[in-house]
This record gives sequence, structure tokens and C-alpha cells, in this order.
Amino acid sequence: MSTGNMNLTLQVWRQKNSKSAGKLVDYKLSDISPDMSFLEMFDVLNEQLINKGEEPVVFDHDCREGICGMCSMFINGQPHGPKDLVTTCQLHMRSFKDGDTIVVEPWRAKAFPVIKDLAVDRSAFDRIIASGGFVSVNTGNAQDANALPIPKAKADAAFEAAACIGCGACVATCKNASAMLFVSAKVSQLALLPQGQPERYRRVQSMVAQMDEEGFGNCTNTGACEAECPKGISLENIARMNRDYLSAKFISEEEV
Amino acid sequence: MSSLSKAFTSSIGRKFVMGLTGLFLISFLVVHVSINALIFLNDSGETFNVAADFMGHNIVIRIMEIGLFAGIILHIVQAIMLTAQNNAARPEKYAYNKPQANSTWYSRSMGLLGTLILMFLVLHLYHFWWPTKVAVYTHQEHNTFQNIVMIFQELWVVVIYVLGVISLGYHLLHGFQSSFQTMGWNHKKWTPVVKTVGVWFSIIVPIIFALMPISIYLGWIS
Repeated sequence: MSTGNMNLTLQVWRQKNSKSAGKLVDYKLSDISPDMSFLEMFDVLNEQLINKGEEPVVFDHDCREGICGMCSMFINGQPHGPKDLVTTCQLHMRSFKDGDTIVVEPWRAKAFPVIKDLAVDRSAFDRIIASGGFVSVNTGNAQDANALPIPKAKADAAFEAAACIGCGACVATCKNASAMLFVSAKVSQLALLPQGQPERYRRVQSMVAQMDEEGFGNCTNTGACEAECPKGISLENIARMNRDYLSAKFISEEEV
Repeated sequence: MSSLSKAFTSSIGRKFVMGLTGLFLISFLVVHVSINALIFLNDSGETFNVAADFMGHNIVIRIMEIGLFAGIILHIVQAIMLTAQNNAARPEKYAYNKPQANSTWYSRSMGLLGTLILMFLVLHLYHFWWPTKVAVYTHQEHNTFQNIVMIFQELWVVVIYVLGVISLGYHLLHGFQSSFQTMGWNHKKWTPVVKTVGVWFSIIVPIIFALMPISIYLGWIS
């Protein structure tokens, strides 16, 4: 493991709470190892701030393995930084150069209010899931694995949609702060499988209604979400949700 | 509100109206460019004037014209409402954003491009649509081809028309394939076809339109 040899200038968004105004604050960091993850670099910064008796920077993180979806930094103009298909916790300092200035901001969306510094409240996503992102199943023994035949291509597409970790990078990068990629992944993972069929059209209507209620913007198909998604969720899911939603509204006779 | 009316006021419902009117306006462009291309026959506008007179007087076409204006207005009204919601969805902007890393400038500038097209359209209607209407309602003879030749003698007019169709080209470059995606028409086999056709449509149609003022100004057509 190489020793620390990077000197960096960080410009970090500091904001006391959702009510107060925030601003970018400069921090100089020296002797940063290129092998550190981006969050470990923030740990070093926070150690220094604590030693100086200052407030550490608040940021979300949990597993630090790229699978939980908690980390959420907007780094140099891109969610989760410059690399494709990685979360902030899996971004390493070798992706930056010695002497770089790095700007770090929170996700910015009306539906994601800042809690403090870089941490935002993403419970709007939870409310969208609660509105319909589930299947009703009977309790009892688990079914035999192959009791329900599912075509391989469908199973794969459902799995790819289910890879969404709900981090909110799609909302963060979208010029309209739209949540369409997230919601469409959560609609698709169930709409593609037989277990999701009974509630398929009710689900898509409820989830889109909740998405609109939360104050996310509208999709303009720029494709920014797909390009920035750390899990590579495809725009095909958005088309599928549009298709299901329009079918539900114009063809289905069930009122939601 | 009933389920059906909610369908038109939800985010996806409004986008559906945008896509549908967009495709309708694209179908109008096909008719418009085909008829106007008759001037390239270079027969002093003889064939073109027959077509123009038909379009100006035929009752079916004139009823469809009302539908066309309704389509344009609906497209604009929905765009304004969607844009207002989009702006409200991010009250505090990023200090440092790098949108060019993940999307094309024209896909992010549909509002600007649409506004430029609208400004061009106002001038365009004043030049060609209005004199035709006046002639129809005052029962006067109107030589549409003569009017075209007269208007495209001015260089600044030619420049504005070329800029207008360039805006249209970029608007279509995103809008054509985007409307299919909004309808939910995304398909492993067909989406690549739609995207290719969309790109060629967005290049060829504006070029044919641009060649009209250019060739008249340069005297290739008279």
C-alpha cells in the first residue's frame, strides 16, 4: 500500500439544517493516500476537524461496499464522482490527481431536503415504495423454486431492475430532479415477474401518483440518470413504466 | 378527479400529451416539406402553386389546419407547465455541475430550441400563412410562389430561416426518439430503427427546408 502523497483542496457544502442557508467551505488536505476510498478521505478530514474542535462534516454512509445505497455525494458535478458504475464509497483517491480541487455538494432536489451538510432526507423514496412497490403473498412454506416457469430473459431483466439500491443519484443528476429511473426500476422488477401481475396496474398508478406528490420533476429523456446510475439501471425501465401507466389509465377499468 | 382526467394531469400524462402532439407535428412536417419541395421542379412555381391553392382552399385541409394550431398550442402549454414543475423540483442549484458528462446539450435545451422555433414560426406565419389567408377570404388571386421569391430576396430573411430550421433540426434530434420513449415504445428490435430514422429525419428535413430560401436567394430557382 502506498503512503500518503496527495495534496488536495476540498470545497465542501456546509449547512447547519434544512432551514438555514449553506455555503461551500474550503479545506486543505495533505498526505492523502491514493488507495483511500473517497469516504476514508472524508474520515481523515473529520478527524482533523474534531482535533481542531470544529464540527465534523455530516455525510451518509453505511456498508461501504457499494451495495446499500446510503452514500450520496455530488462530486465535481457528478453524483458518486467521475467514475462509471461506482458509488462514492467505492470511488478511490487514485481517480484524482495531486493538487486537485474537489467540489462536494449534497443531492439537490426539493424532494430531498438537506438534513445537515451532505446528508439529505431520502424518505420520499420510502413513501413511493410503501405506496405500491410490493407484492402480496401468502405466508407458509416457500414454493418450490421452479414451480412457476419464468423465461430466462424476463428473469434477467427483473434482476437487473432489482439491482437499484435507491441511492438517488438519478434524481441528483437529472436536470429536472426527476425520480423516473428509480420508480421505474421498482415498478419493473415486479411487473416482469408472474408474482407481480395481480397488482401490476394498481401498483404503477399508486407509485407514480406518490412520485408526483413528493415534488420530483418530470422526465425529459436526457438519459443523464442512466449514465450516472452506479448500478447501470436502463432507460428501458422508464419506457416500461410509461407503457404500464398509460395502459393502466386508458385501458384498465380499475380506479385507483 | 376521475381516473381518466388524472391521467392527463400526472407527470407521465402530461409527457404523453407532449409526445403525442410532437409526433403529430412531425407528421405535419412531412406534408409541409413534400409540398414545398415542388419548387425544386423549377417550373416557375406552376406545380407548386397548384398544390398551394389546394392546401389553401380545400375544406378538409382547412379543418385539419385548426387541428394543427391546436396541436402546436397544446405542445407549448404542456411544455410551459412541465418546465415550471421541473424548475420547482430543484430550488437550490448546484454550485458546480457537469451535465455534459452524461447528456447532450440539445436534449437539455428543448425549451430554448422550442422558443427559437416559436419566434421563427411567428415570422414565418406573417410571411406566408397570413397573405394566403387574406387572399382566400377576400377572394383574390394569390401567387404563393411569387410571394416566396419576393420574400427570399433579403439576405437577413434567408439567415433567419436557416437558423430557424437548424433549431428545428436539433429539437427533432432529441424529440423524435424521445416521443417514442415517452409513449413506452421501447423495443429491442425497433428502438434502434426509430433512433436511426430520427437522426436522418432531423438532418434531411431541415436541409431540404434550408435549401429553399438559399436557392431562391442565389437565383437557382426563379
